[in-house]
Amino acid sequence: MQQGSFAVDRTHRWAALALVIVATTLLVLGIYHGLLQVLYRAGWIRAASFLGLEYYQGLTLHGVVNAIVYTTFFEVAFGYVVVKHFLRIPLDSRITVLAVAMMLVGTVMAAVPILAGKASVLYTFYPPLKASPWFYVGASLLVVGSWIPFFQWIAAYLQWRRLHPDQDTPLAVVGILSTFTVWLIATIPLAVEVLVLLLPWSLGWTASVDVVLARTLFWFFGHPLVYFWLLPAYVMYYVMVPPLVGGKLFSDKAARLAFLLFIVFSAPVGLHHQYADPGVSSSYKWLHGFFTFCVAIPSFITAFTVAASLEHGARQNGGRGLFGWWAKLPYFDEQRYLFAYAFPGLVLFLFGGITGIVNASVTMNNVVHNTAWIPGHFHTTLGGPVFLAFLGLSLWMLTELGGKPLRLTRWNVAVPYVWAIGVVLFSIGLSVAGILGEPRRTNMALSYSNPDSPLFQPQWEIWTKLGAVGGILMAAAMVIYFAVFFATLFAPAQPVREIRFPTAEALRYESLGVARNFTPWVVVAVIFLVIAYVPPLIEVLGGSTVPSPPYQPFSPVPVGQ
Amino acid sequence: MERSEKLILVVSGTLMGVFLLLLVYSGLGLGVVVPTCITDVRPFTQGRVEQRGPRQYDVYLVSRMWFFDPGEIRLPPGSEVNLYLSALDVTHGAYIEGTNVNLMAVPGSVNFARFRLEGEGVYRVLCHEYCGLGHQNMAGKIIITREAAAAPGAELVAGAR
Ligand code: HEM
Ligand SMILES: [Cu+2]
Ligand SMILES: [Cu+2]
Repeated sequence: MQQGSFAVDRTHRWAALALVIVATTLLVLGIYHGLLQVLYRAGWIRAASFLGLEYYQGLTLHGVVNAIVYTTFFEVAFGYVVVKHFLRIPLDSRITVLAVAMMLVGTVMAAVPILAGKASVLYTFYPPLKASPWFYVGASLLVVGSWIPFFQWIAAYLQWRRLHPDQDTPLAVVGILSTFTVWLIATIPLAVEVLVLLLPWSLGWTASVDVVLARTLFWFFGHPLVYFWLLPAYVMYYVMVPPLVGGKLFSDKAARLAFLLFIVFSAPVGLHHQYADPGVSSSYKWLHGFFTFCVAIPSFITAFTVAASLEHGARQNGGRGLFGWWAKLPYFDEQRYLFAYAFPGLVLFLFGGITGIVNASVTMNNVVHNTAWIPGHFHTTLGGPVFLAFLGLSLWMLTELGGKPLRLTRWNVAVPYVWAIGVVLFSIGLSVAGILGEPRRTNMALSYSNPDSPLFQPQWEIWTKLGAVGGILMAAAMVIYFAVFFATLFAPAQPVREIRFPTAEALRYESLGVARNFTPWVVVAVIFLVIAYVPPLIEVLGGSTVPSPPYQPFSPVPVGQ
Repeated sequence: MERSEKLILVVSGTLMGVFLLLLVYSGLGLGVVVPTCITDVRPFTQGRVEQRGPRQYDVYLVSRMWFFDPGEIRLPPGSEVNLYLSALDVTHGAYIEGTNVNLMAVPGSVNFARFRLEGEGVYRVLCHEYCGLGHQNMAGKIIITREAAAAPGAELVAGAR
């Protein structure tokens, strides 16, 4: 067996498996509260809390577990698999163990205060709402822990380039390194926000915090975050899906360009989350709006290239006609279940992309900002292609790394379709209600969905109920998924083989030119970041905001007064 | 690059370009704006309504855990409102039903929107950012009524809660 491959490297096998298993186990909690949220919002649970979990405490769990912990754990695990499989450069096991341990310890440190009701600040933790200091320490450990693998991979990549000067970097590796470049860019402002502003303030070492500055730093992180989520799904679409449908990747160069363009455009856009904020000039908001439109282009490229690859594969299998080839795709193939986890995500992303362009549209955002439209949108992106890809790939890692035979294979291929139908209903419900004015992040059971409340809004009712029906379907899909995952996990292991990584050949290889190296793209990214963020940061740091003392969610009196 | 790839790049680029032009038109042509940084009004802690001219009002709205101050504002039909929005404690939001007014209320800073309310009726002002345990009950009202025309000044504000 080859040096650096997985079958011989127990540490990395176990590290990746541990991350996937812990993440999926935590996900049970995150999904549970997703279901409760739709029930509360439809007025079917009419209370402030259910079984000891308060609405906003549960919403914090839902956001933190699903969007931060699950995704980061999964991506680090998948990154190790990709880098080890394609580069075959040995990584230092001790560093890997340290990174995984930091992520695990950080997660526990953040989870305990949330569960104890001491950090009901939602996953955006906007000051001056203050969480327990452990929450900030834990989040920082998780983030810094996830940087370490990236540095290991960069070193491995550079070594590989020296050993293989004439080869193009494997596409999956380009995808993973792009993903984590975006993550590193994103998490630096986050680290500044948490370590410089919030942690000392939550400990009482500083009296007050500049809320506008904190929001600006948070959203500097918050948008590239979404591309950190999306790019591993694109790795799956470009690298793993074409061979599953019996075809080739339509264009290798287009795929690389898409990844590199994300490095350039994913970060200078964060102000599109602050269109409605005070304290930031509207001209800067317009600039970020423009950059946001640019970042749509690599997703258009991806939609085209992936669709063309599917068509190519289907035609190899005898597909004919303009639409006839659609019948030749392995929608319900139990062996090639990764296709089932890819395809509905692509369909959902059509909705996600279009609603995303609406959100990005500076003035139109007035209609939807902070309404239910927004969760309606991102459950078709994060909850669509991203989540489905991660679910499928987690199963794949469990079988390949753990040597487990997949169980309940029939049920398994139903999961993504049930989920997708659920998401469509859910999103229609939330989107329409959002346009009618229904706010997000609100326990509507106690007011807007309560006929006994003066705030009752009968015109939203049917849409919150439709959303709840969708949410119940999503939860049902996840019940099946968990059954498949844990049945597979507890199945007796077979001897571990070398992993089988479906890897696309390209239909055409073109000379790559500047797409061969990361450096020029990172340089351009930094230039755009300076253009997009230096002026607003100067404005915000100009001190026009009066700093705020800390508050807790249950009291209008500042902490310590 | 293949012909079809060039085509898709041109088509998607053009599409985004057209969207962008329409967007600029909505801002410059139709006058739909997003809030900007204002420094002439400092953060305030007391809500009030001031008449500036015929059917022109300055509304100073304070959002706080968990109500708006003033909680109910009465104005005549066709009023032009300059809304100044501050937050006394944590971050809140204000969305005025049936309008494009949708603002964040951020502590230490003042947000601004100018809008006109034509038809008689009740326009609810909803808090749309999580602001603690009472968030779901945080809503105010702007009542557009002919009666308000006859009663300028102090009577514009009814019941600060
Ligand atoms: C059974 C499945 C799910 C259901 C029924 C569900 C439902 C919901 C609902 C109703 C909200 C809005 C709550 C509110 O604003 O008051 C929400 C928010 C959210 N969901 Fe989900 N969700 C599900 C799965 C997921 C998954 C898989 C992810 C990510 C991987 C996710 C990520 C989020 C995030 C980030 C928020 C925003 C939280 C916030 O505003 O602080 N959800 N979800
Ligand atoms: Cu964004
Ligand atoms: Cu509020």
